[in-house]
Amino acid sequence: MTILTETEDGPLVLSPEQIEELGRELDELRAAIVADLGERDREYLYSIIKAQRGFEIAGRGLMYLGFLPPFWLAAVAALSVSKILDNMEIGHNVMHGQYDWMREPGLNSRVFEWDNVCPADQWKHSHNYLHHTYTNIHNKDRDIGYFVLRMDEGQSWNVLRLGQPLYAFVLMMLFEWGVMGHDLEIENILSGEKKWPEVKQLILGQWRKASRQVLKDYLVFPVLTGPLFFHTLAGNVTANLVRNVWAFAIIFCGHFPTGVQTFTEEETADETRGEWYIRQMLGSANITGSKLFHIMSGNLSHQIEHHLFPDLPASRYPEIAPTVRALCEKYGLPYNTGSLGKQIGSVWKKIFKLALPSRMVGSEPSPGVIVMRQRKASEVGV
Amino acid sequence: MVDLINLVQTLTSPHSLDRYLELVRPTLTVRDMRAEITHTDRSVPGSVTLTLRPTRQWKGHTAGQYVQIGVVIDGVRHARCYSPVDPENGRDRRIQLTVKAHPGGLVSQFLYRDATPGMVVDLTPADGVFRLPGQRPERVLLISGGSGITPVLSMLRTLADEGHRGEVVFLHYAKSAEVVPHRIELDAIARRHQNFRIELRHPWRSGRAATRVDPGAPGVDLAPEQGSGYFDYDELERVAPWFAEAQTYVCGPRSLMNAVRKVYEAEQLDDRLHTEEFTLSVAPIDATETYGTVNFSASGVSADNTGATLLEQAESAGLTPEYGCRMGICFSCTAVRRTGCTRNVRTGESDSDPDQPIQLCISAPVGDVEIDI
Repeated sequence: MTILTETEDGPLVLSPEQIEELGRELDELRAAIVADLGERDREYLYSIIKAQRGFEIAGRGLMYLGFLPPFWLAAVAALSVSKILDNMEIGHNVMHGQYDWMREPGLNSRVFEWDNVCPADQWKHSHNYLHHTYTNIHNKDRDIGYFVLRMDEGQSWNVLRLGQPLYAFVLMMLFEWGVMGHDLEIENILSGEKKWPEVKQLILGQWRKASRQVLKDYLVFPVLTGPLFFHTLAGNVTANLVRNVWAFAIIFCGHFPTGVQTFTEEETADETRGEWYIRQMLGSANITGSKLFHIMSGNLSHQIEHHLFPDLPASRYPEIAPTVRALCEKYGLPYNTGSLGKQIGSVWKKIFKLALPSRMVGSEPSPGVIVMRQRKASEVGV
Repeated sequence: MVDLINLVQTLTSPHSLDRYLELVRPTLTVRDMRAEITHTDRSVPGSVTLTLRPTRQWKGHTAGQYVQIGVVIDGVRHARCYSPVDPENGRDRRIQLTVKAHPGGLVSQFLYRDATPGMVVDLTPADGVFRLPGQRPERVLLISGGSGITPVLSMLRTLADEGHRGEVVFLHYAKSAEVVPHRIELDAIARRHQNFRIELRHPWRSGRAATRVDPGAPGVDLAPEQGSGYFDYDELERVAPWFAEAQTYVCGPRSLMNAVRKVYEAEQLDDRLHTEEFTLSVAPIDATETYGTVNFSASGVSADNTGATLLEQAESAGLTPEYGCRMGICFSCTAVRRTGCTRNVRTGESDSDPDQPIQLCISAPVGDVEIDI
């Protein structure tokens, strides 16, 4: 089995032995981190939790001064930071099982819930299982466009795609609700693949989780501020919006910037572990930034490292990133990274471009990598 | 009170109120029970006695029961069971645990080395059926060996506190007099209660000249000259000739338990014998060897261990546990291993702590395993 990649410098062929070797080197990297996990990681997670709880309490408290615009803004900022930390550096990572080794009952992937309308169990199914196992495989990874968007030329065009910039904007604003609906797999309900009893269970779970979230943010906390009900309501709505826009930006930068690859089921049938690793690297993209930026993105700015090792504590990604990058260089594989501006810019460009039929914008060959499998190098003209 | 907590938890949702309160002070909790170590005593070689002040959820213990305490060692939370050694119905809200530092015992070594006043540990409510009945038996025989002294010591101290009128014999086996914890209490009980007999045995020392009276605890009898020093029928006849009418409670190493059980079975007195085993979980030497039985306890299915992963073994046994990636990344198949040892097929590491969640798709059983699916 041969993987052939074509880069800007010309075609590149990785032999099965090289793929095997790369897989072994990544396994070793993982084992070294696993062996080193301990008190430091625990303290880090608890420091983030403390910060998050602090911002939340500050945000809720400042709402009592919400009639003064600077305080209202401070309250919204604190609450937004709290929700971002809760969802990204804590929730996303804990629910990946990154901290299961701590055996801390409250921080175990089986029981953790996040400050989000999407129930943890449904998110774990659509994200941890489907997205992380079948990353960027057409018809298997539902994160390619989330059913709403055409994010890859491999998805067909129809006239409804013209509205896609608008759909993307709406999805960004209501992102937590989009995440909630993800595991329902509406297209599978429409096609009859998903049966009513299962759908009913999912909707019940969503109702239970979402109603508590809505009750808390849009009724109980506003009521508790008495005459400031509408100030607080507006503040809470804004904080949820800020979280939604931020989460959308970070998550869309993970797999949709220019240069990331998608795959077909045939290409990825009977993958070896080394090939699985390569797919994760080719299908993910990083964002550069400061330490604070990485924390606020839940270290999903290290999407490549996250996809290689989804169950390692995310705070370890920055320290293994240089090794992963060096491995990519060693094997001639691209390491897709760039500033937030560059990455999100290319995401929106893609959203606009793919709204139009390919013949209008031209099927520009992606400058990144072509993965060929189950073929000999000679068959693809090398 | 409960309604108020629920109301407040609406505000802290989806996290529980305790997840906020514990950040202020670890013992400030409404639901989770914890305990603060208020005193440590290392006067007995090889063991430490901890005095704990539990949070207000503590409901007390019955003599002989155990609690589980949880501590964090190098970032990982570990829980172990210990029996409180103090009498039940203590007036002050505190419990005492005596922890023997077992060689290779992660938690016991940690507590022996590092436990200090002010440290906060997790605590579970007292549990276990090895306990004195509410209606105290007229005659009580308590037998223990090594660290098995803890539950029976609580029974002995309880009976002493209550001024029990019947006959009580406490027979304890230890490596030497110095390593028997709470000898001051034992001595005080022996002196104050004429109907209580306390006998210490140090069979490993037989051959040496044993003094009749323990210098550390003058009221306590040391091993008499006659006999092997180990438990047998003659020993039983000697210390408690009335054992057939008594209730007997035994806790200690397996060899001692077996010796007692053999005598009681021969006498057809099994129903008067109550035992508690402190089993140390020891990881098997060869983790890849396949033997034993896998018990899927939630479905009541058992199957011979084939050496495959637990997910595959469950499926070949006709079960359909939830799973996802089948490669250890998505955690969909996580289930609780009740007992036994499993090996992580990806890392080769084996682990045998009870009641731990594990990933079925990358865990293979080593020997007998009980898994909650």
